[in-house]
Amino acid sequence: MAHEKNHDYHILAPSIYPFLGSIGAFIMLFGAVLWMHDSGPWAFLIGLAAVLYVMFGWWSETVKENKVGDHTPVVEIGLRYGFILFIMSEVMFFSAWFWTFFKHALYPMGEMSPIKDGVWPPAGIETFDPWHLPLINTLILLCSGAALTWSHHALVHENNRQDMKWGLMLAIALGALFTVFQVYEYGHAAFGFSGNIYGATFFMATGFHGFHVLIGTIFMIVCLFRVYAGHFTPAHHVGFEMSAWYWHFVDVVWLFLFAAVYIWGG
Amino acid sequence: MADAAVHGHDHEDNRGFFTRWFMSTNHKDIGLLYLVVSALAGLISVLFTVYMRMELMHPGVQYMCLEGARFIADAGAECTPNGHLWNVMITYHGVLMMFFVVIPALFGGFGNYFMPLQIGAPDMAFPRMNNLSFWMYVAGVSLGVASILAPGGNGQAGSGVGWVLYPPLSTTEGGYSMDLAIFAVHVSGASSILGAINMITTFLNMRAPGMTLFKVPLFAWSIFVTAWLILLSLPVLAGAITMLLTDRNFGTTFFDPAGGGDPILYQHILWFFGHPEVYIIILPGFGIISHVISTFSRKPIFGYLPMVLAIIAIGLLGFVVWAHHMYTVGMSLTQQSYFMLATMVIAVPTGVKVFSWIATMWGGSIEFKTPMLWAFGFLFLFTVGGVTGLVLSQAPIDRAYHDTYYVVAHFHYVMSLGAVFAIFAGIYFYFGKMTGRAYPEVWGKVHFWMMFIGANLTFFPQHFLGRQGMPRRYIDYPEAFAFWNYWSSMGAFLSFASFILFFGIMAYSLTRGARITQNNYWNEYADTLEWTLPSPPPEHTFEILPKQEDWDKGHAH
Repeated sequence: MAHEKNHDYHILAPSIYPFLGSIGAFIMLFGAVLWMHDSGPWAFLIGLAAVLYVMFGWWSETVKENKVGDHTPVVEIGLRYGFILFIMSEVMFFSAWFWTFFKHALYPMGEMSPIKDGVWPPAGIETFDPWHLPLINTLILLCSGAALTWSHHALVHENNRQDMKWGLMLAIALGALFTVFQVYEYGHAAFGFSGNIYGATFFMATGFHGFHVLIGTIFMIVCLFRVYAGHFTPAHHVGFEMSAWYWHFVDVVWLFLFAAVYIWGG
Repeated sequence: MADAAVHGHDHEDNRGFFTRWFMSTNHKDIGLLYLVVSALAGLISVLFTVYMRMELMHPGVQYMCLEGARFIADAGAECTPNGHLWNVMITYHGVLMMFFVVIPALFGGFGNYFMPLQIGAPDMAFPRMNNLSFWMYVAGVSLGVASILAPGGNGQAGSGVGWVLYPPLSTTEGGYSMDLAIFAVHVSGASSILGAINMITTFLNMRAPGMTLFKVPLFAWSIFVTAWLILLSLPVLAGAITMLLTDRNFGTTFFDPAGGGDPILYQHILWFFGHPEVYIIILPGFGIISHVISTFSRKPIFGYLPMVLAIIAIGLLGFVVWAHHMYTVGMSLTQQSYFMLATMVIAVPTGVKVFSWIATMWGGSIEFKTPMLWAFGFLFLFTVGGVTGLVLSQAPIDRAYHDTYYVVAHFHYVMSLGAVFAIFAGIYFYFGKMTGRAYPEVWGKVHFWMMFIGANLTFFPQHFLGRQGMPRRYIDYPEAFAFWNYWSSMGAFLSFASFILFFGIMAYSLTRGARITQNNYWNEYADTLEWTLPSPPPEHTFEILPKQEDWDKGHAH
């Protein structure tokens, strides 16, 4: 491979992971369909295990390549572009959920739609008070973002490993706390998921956000392990930076959810 | 120029079959894989159309019977029309063509193979993720085919809801075929998004030294803009079909008025993706056509910069015109007026492109090799499709044409005769480059004329049928529509024969075609970087990055 390579780009050796991962995705999704039609979760779980295995193996490989110096400055720029583009696609994914929310909140369906709009929130729906738990959760998530920035700062400007770890651990802990509170809140909702449009938009929009919080938390935990393994230097820490971008993206989505769904739409 | 090329030659390709085709991290191999799989998916999809045109050839239902689908009409046997089978055919023809044939062939196939070559990049930015895109695409095709065979609505196999998957049809269709179709679209969307991330990063980060943005060849530009459209529109579709999934399986009411939902919302979100999708399909075709026309007119492309700006403008406008697909759902007059105006504006950049192609040929020394015939056909027919598009963009006129065969004729003129002609132009243009073998010129031309006549015979009469008021998506029709339906079916059979001939030409050329020894087997106006490489190119290209004089020819482009 790359026997006479004379440039800084990254030419990769053949890899089985994409093929395995796609087989896993096929089994997982076929299994999900079977599961939804009451045939048990087994195929789904097998597929999921394959997908998780591929994710772990693939990204471990990426970390190894980083260690042997495959990630030259130009490759690092590419990785950054790639991750920013990924976040952009995520933004567009959330725009679908905001679309359904704003459509229904601005032009609620009623008896006389579309001549005369209904009401929002729909009659009989008791929404959350945004200034209780949701506000606290907002502050928790913002503090978590601040802690992560502290961690980043400690690495880049002071190369202070101890502060970096503390900041990262605090960010992870606050992220986890957010998830716990969100689960608690879900448990106390006065409206259901099915049968009404409020519950559908509320749970799908905040639910997908919550799912992204989980991913972001796992991403930061991985980074914490990598900090302990001594992977990051002030000059090279693309993985850490990506987790920070991702976490801030999750933060911003929450701010929109808080402002639109909880305050304005409540 | 030779430096970049020769290096691969002393290196024997010693990868095993499995390593090369299943574990690939090579953009050229992955591009070929995309082309082959999309051709197979295309064959399935085309077979469906042949069966549909058989059924529509004469009034009455002769083939799609509840007593069992037939391939030979039997006047003696009883035949109860099987509308579900018909609906399944139209649905999967659309789903396969939109998601699994045209995008993978143009964006995945040609984009993967030639975009990095044109910008002088050694490979894609993320070669391993590139392969994930491809295999996710295969997983998507597999889920799609599984969906055809899985238990669906009306106690039969498959879903008959139309490729747009509108609720309430799609939310009430029985069985689990519909759920598989939704996941098929999810997976193909994920594959395309990963591909788009890869293409954009490659384009921005890996251009040859000195190749500033406005020196990049037009095909690479078209792939870049297409990638942005994919990146920003497909996630929105993913959201919409996720809502379908939860409406179907978890009792949410996004699209169900009984629970305060709104089925029209789905149409908006779908078409917010669906209209950019139309340009995702056609833009890479524009890129290929530009190179083919320039090469066979022996002139640099006319107005390179306006051509680039037109691609960008079409891409941007593509995001703000979606509701012209749904004039009849009860939008306000203001909304309709806006979408009408915005839609007509697209004719401006499209006109820039068409007139620039014509101006490129003007005064050129035109040579009618097979790829040029396809490009010529594309130009004429895409313009016809574009003009009927302008007719349909008028909300008042659309009242009459909505959901008639006029619409079917219109979008097949831009897709079947636009995008698909561009794919064939690209295949004949680059066949020698990709395989190192020449195709038989005469048979390429026969293929073109068969397809050109066949496709026109299929779709031109559908304008008349639409004007007579024949609605889309019906298994049967009254006697009055019989004449043009008969000829339309004849055209479809001729097109199908040309498609079979195409596979024959490919098989013949791959095994018996004359070996190509030159790097550039056309002429000096095929002056982008892929023509500095041997045919076929070695496993690794541009291991020494190309120098500016290899590609910067000094003329306008």
